[in-house]
Amino acid sequence: MSELRFEDVTVRFGHRRHALTAVDRVDLTVPDGSVVGLVGESGSGKSTLARTAVGLNRVSGGRVLLDGRPLRPVRGGERRPLQLVFQDPYSSLDPRMTVGSTVAEAVPRGVRGVSRRGEVARLLELVDLPADLVDRYPAELSGGQRQRVALARALAGRPEVLIADEITSALDVSIQGTVLNLVSDLHRRLNLSMLFISHNLAVVRYVSDYIAVMYLGRIVEFGATDELLADPQHPYTRELLAAAPQPGAAALGPEEEDAAPRAVSDAEPADPHRPPTGCRFHPRCPVGPLVLADREVCRTDEPAAALHRHGAACHFAAPAARPQPVA
Amino acid sequence: MTTATADSRRIAGIAQNAWLRFALRRLGRLLISLWVLVTAAFLMIHLIPGDPVRAALGSTAPLDLVNARRKMLGLDDPLWQQYLHYLHNLFAGDLGTSITSGLPVSQLVGDRLPATLELAGLAFLLAVLVCVPLGLTMGVLTRGGRRRPAELAFTSTSIVLAAVPDFLVGVALVYLFGVQLAWAPVAGRGGAGSYILPVVSLALGPAVVLARIVRVETLAVLQADYLRTARAKRLPDRLIYLRHALPNALTATITLGGLLLGGLVAGTVLVENVFAWPGLGSTIVQSILAKDYPVVQGVVLVYGVGVLLINLLVDVALALLDPRSTIRES
Amino acid sequence: MAAAPRGSAWRAVLRTPLGATAGALLLAVLVLAVAAPLLWSGRAGALDTAHILQGPSAAHWVGTDNLGRDIFYRVLVATRLSVELALGATAIGVVTGLLLGTAPVLFGARVGRLVGAAVNIAVAFPGLLLALFFAVIFGVGRTGALLAIGLAVAPGFARLTQTLTARVSGLDFVAAARIAGVGRPRLLVRHVLPNIGEPLVVNATIAAGNSLLAFAGLSFLGLGVQAPDYDWGRLLGEGLNSIYIHPTAALAPGVAVIVAGLAFNLLGESIAKAIGPGAGRPAGRPPRAAAAPGTATVADDATLLAVESLRVSFPGPVTPVRGVSFTMRHGEGVGIVGESGSGKSLTALALAQLVQEPGVVHAERLEFLGTDLTAGTGRAQRRLLGTSLAVVFQDPMTSFNPTMRVGRQLAEVAREHQGMGRRQSLARAVDRLRAVRVPAARRRAGQFPHEFSGGMRQRAMIGMGLMGTPALIIADEPTTALDVTVQRQVLRLLADIRAADQVALLLISHDITVVRQVCDRVLVMYAGRIVEELSTDDLQAGARHPYTRALLAAVPDMATDRDRPLAVIPGRPPDPARPAPGCAFAPRCRFADEQCTHAEPPLALDSAGRLVACWHTDRVAADPADERAGSDQRAASDERRAAAGRPAADEQEVSVGELP
Repeated sequence: MSELRFEDVTVRFGHRRHALTAVDRVDLTVPDGSVVGLVGESGSGKSTLARTAVGLNRVSGGRVLLDGRPLRPVRGGERRPLQLVFQDPYSSLDPRMTVGSTVAEAVPRGVRGVSRRGEVARLLELVDLPADLVDRYPAELSGGQRQRVALARALAGRPEVLIADEITSALDVSIQGTVLNLVSDLHRRLNLSMLFISHNLAVVRYVSDYIAVMYLGRIVEFGATDELLADPQHPYTRELLAAAPQPGAAALGPEEEDAAPRAVSDAEPADPHRPPTGCRFHPRCPVGPLVLADREVCRTDEPAAALHRHGAACHFAAPAARPQPVA
Repeated sequence: MTTATADSRRIAGIAQNAWLRFALRRLGRLLISLWVLVTAAFLMIHLIPGDPVRAALGSTAPLDLVNARRKMLGLDDPLWQQYLHYLHNLFAGDLGTSITSGLPVSQLVGDRLPATLELAGLAFLLAVLVCVPLGLTMGVLTRGGRRRPAELAFTSTSIVLAAVPDFLVGVALVYLFGVQLAWAPVAGRGGAGSYILPVVSLALGPAVVLARIVRVETLAVLQADYLRTARAKRLPDRLIYLRHALPNALTATITLGGLLLGGLVAGTVLVENVFAWPGLGSTIVQSILAKDYPVVQGVVLVYGVGVLLINLLVDVALALLDPRSTIRES
Repeated sequence: MAAAPRGSAWRAVLRTPLGATAGALLLAVLVLAVAAPLLWSGRAGALDTAHILQGPSAAHWVGTDNLGRDIFYRVLVATRLSVELALGATAIGVVTGLLLGTAPVLFGARVGRLVGAAVNIAVAFPGLLLALFFAVIFGVGRTGALLAIGLAVAPGFARLTQTLTARVSGLDFVAAARIAGVGRPRLLVRHVLPNIGEPLVVNATIAAGNSLLAFAGLSFLGLGVQAPDYDWGRLLGEGLNSIYIHPTAALAPGVAVIVAGLAFNLLGESIAKAIGPGAGRPAGRPPRAAAAPGTATVADDATLLAVESLRVSFPGPVTPVRGVSFTMRHGEGVGIVGESGSGKSLTALALAQLVQEPGVVHAERLEFLGTDLTAGTGRAQRRLLGTSLAVVFQDPMTSFNPTMRVGRQLAEVAREHQGMGRRQSLARAVDRLRAVRVPAARRRAGQFPHEFSGGMRQRAMIGMGLMGTPALIIADEPTTALDVTVQRQVLRLLADIRAADQVALLLISHDITVVRQVCDRVLVMYAGRIVEELSTDDLQAGARHPYTRALLAAVPDMATDRDRPLAVIPGRPPDPARPAPGCAFAPRCRFADEQCTHAEPPLALDSAGRLVACWHTDRVAADPADERAGSDQRAASDERRAAAGRPAADEQEVSVGELP
């Protein structure tokens, strides 16, 4: 059983007046053996959440549980059952270490000598890289190959849960497919639980069983992929969907009649240092207080996510069929 | 109209706040550095192995004299008392008394400081006035790999000249102009002519290094994206270089210029000895050799304060030039 | 094997003339340091009281000192002490500096901060001052001076190490190693140090040179080496006293100091140059490559922009843009799509006349609004381009001058090209900011770029282009750096501007979905050429070039079948420095054959009236296989193996298993 659960997790940086709450009371569960896609834009806190799970940041509140056991902050020399693959293939591999050494370093300490080499070869084969890459340096590899080495390194530790943080964002379109296919393949073969983070909704949809939408440090909606995309409850989810690449999409005409009114159509993304009061999305919400005068509650009260379908953090989302345990 | 004024007043309030915060922060840092300097100067004497008074007066001096001097300097009191005494005296402007001459150190410093200031100040002016335009021009002329021979000549000359320390330049100049050609006076501080050689020897090394740095910075700025935007706006070259490139190149130059000026201050120690210039530099060397520690302490303090003030000036200049630094830090 | 890159780097250093000279010089100095005392200490110490303070002569080449000793040999013998002390001081400084600078990694953040603060204070004071301070404490003499100079070098080194360590520690691979369970000491030794080694070595070498000079200075003052020992500084000091009667006594050790110091510094410089950026390609003249066959562009009165056989080349020779031809009409929206290495951004820059030396732009025809842009940059052309052409760049963060207020940067255009005064141009700037829907435009105009958000900055950049009356906006990846919801706002703004003022738009992007939303026509670029030109409506079903089809299939959208593997384009884009004969896409193409690898297809109308650069458009169009589906088997590895087993061709650039 490898279920990853974030319980009321808060991560704060800085102190007092200059504090930045990157992650604010997040409840999220990655069920055993499934892929949860976490989608959000810059400032949403999704990368911070990922880094906190693997111990690169300290939790300021709440806890992270793996199979019910709390995770402790990383101490030198210990291995973690959670591994992370980073976004930038150019800075995630040590330029002075060969591919083989990089992967070997992540192999658990018990394995020695020859069996370590064998293990490295096995891992490279797992990510579909030829064995002779062992002696090459990252500078000689392409972006896609580097990401696969990073995956091999993450798998070396035999993790129970894998977190992928924007792993295809820095790759060319024609190469993204290779890495995504590999990720799906590994998920199926090794029955890994995965938290797949991306700002690209189409990619997240392709890979994930569940989708969680994050905005300004909070999870604003969560649900099974098809269901969530068919019937999004939160206005932000709807906006992300509208901006996502649809097949055969019509060209963007000049201001469409049903487009959101001027007040919110060009609203700036909120500053994480100074989040809005009440519902965090209200300054940009096309059905919020700036557009519909009677929705003042959005300005003053934070929505109770547990009461709505998909755990949507919106006062006006459909009520839950039964109280959601919130992811 | 009213919203504009309200807005501008609000901006002024915030801006004032940012500046105020910056000023307080910087002043705080200055005070801490000053305290460290003062404490280090104080401890300097006490870290020396052996008896400083005995060392200064020599092993043959009578015991009574040594004890009397020691009492005069307050060296018999416990350490913390001496420290408080020292701080107290500092605030009163009393830098102690010279062991060998018995004169107050502040008097010695007062006599000698102007000479050093003149030397350092003139050298700095010379360095800046010559090298900033030179570095800028070279940067513009050699951008994008143009005029490689010129770049090579400039770089090699600057490396060679920078490798020659200031006192060697001084010696060479003394030889050339003093001995061979007898054009300029080579010792002591007298008329305008006597300033030439010391100032040039002090300024040459830093000047050359500064010119090189300005050139490198200019090259970096010329590659920046916003220069491309300026060119896309089809502005005339003059505007592009002076209005867009120069202010950004200056930022890094000022930081390094400040360091250089600090180095100049220290360089006076050597140059003054070459040219028998009656400044603090020669004083400190003689005092170290004579083990006249109160004088050394006083001069080190003065030099240290000078360097800290220079750093403060640099930070203020940077803040004025680059708006990101102040606001970002607050 | 692991040493391979390092070793070759050192050899590269010695191969440059600078490096070779410095290396030889340093070697000579070191040899002298070791050998001279063994060979000549006798002669150096020999007293000759008959010839005191004499000038150069046959017996004594540089003369004698006040005890009749031969100065020439004294200078040579002094090499050892001078060099020893310099190296010793450097060693002390470097080791101390390294320990202090890596404190945050070794001992944790709190200790690191403390140490950092102390180093910051120490670094404020010039080295000589610190040296004098320590010289007082440690006493006058050789050991004292050694410790003094060593400790004076340490803070600078510590600060450098600190900065470098902080930078490297923030990189992902260090975080990855931590997650993998690597302990702190190993982290430092295995990951941090090797990656900061090179700049440290450069600085250490230069520090050695500076220590040599500093030591000479201290001994010169009498604070360093004491009699009867002598180093160059001491000899200099002695020589200075008699400079009027006996100048060579001072000049000889002076020359020695300069030569040795120079040797160290030059070596440091040459290493820096070898490891730094721009360790250049061999400079070659850009070639007059045969222009790729292009279409004859038909121009009429409605033509806004006409390009024919546009070529951009760099010394190397590298030709990233190999013959681009197309036309644009007023008010049209054209998109250029391609991946990294396709040359699309350079094409845009070349069109906007923004390619600088050493890049060379050549075109058979380049006309904008009837003006020939290749005819040189006079004032008239500058005004034309400044008011009728707007350029929007990719990264809004760096494309604005950080030290100038935004309003002023916009106003510059009006002041320069439209003759407006200060107030008038600022008013226009505020008006333009409003036109691009920047809220609180007047207040924003007085702010600096870093106070704007990314989307707002991009809008301000568009506003800057609207200061004149542009007939064409060239936008190079304008939304790539932005969030997807902000992207939509910016694209909508561009669409609005197009519609309102009949402004043409040339949009460059790697994202075909972006181009689809805003443009009427799409040009697909691959390896420096246009391989297909088609209207946006035809994109979905009517693409004829294998690359276009593959690209479309490879992009996942909201309707992609989740049960099937994603389509992949095997292989990698070609290296612009090594163009192969024939079609550039052939190594990755399912339909490639002999003809494709030998002859490059021109961009021409095919049998169905489409502009495609392919020999086999009929075959491609008739291909029933849906690229999106891939193979039926679920195992992705099987699919990859199938994709790799293409029709056999002799010159396969992609070996089996070498996937992107």
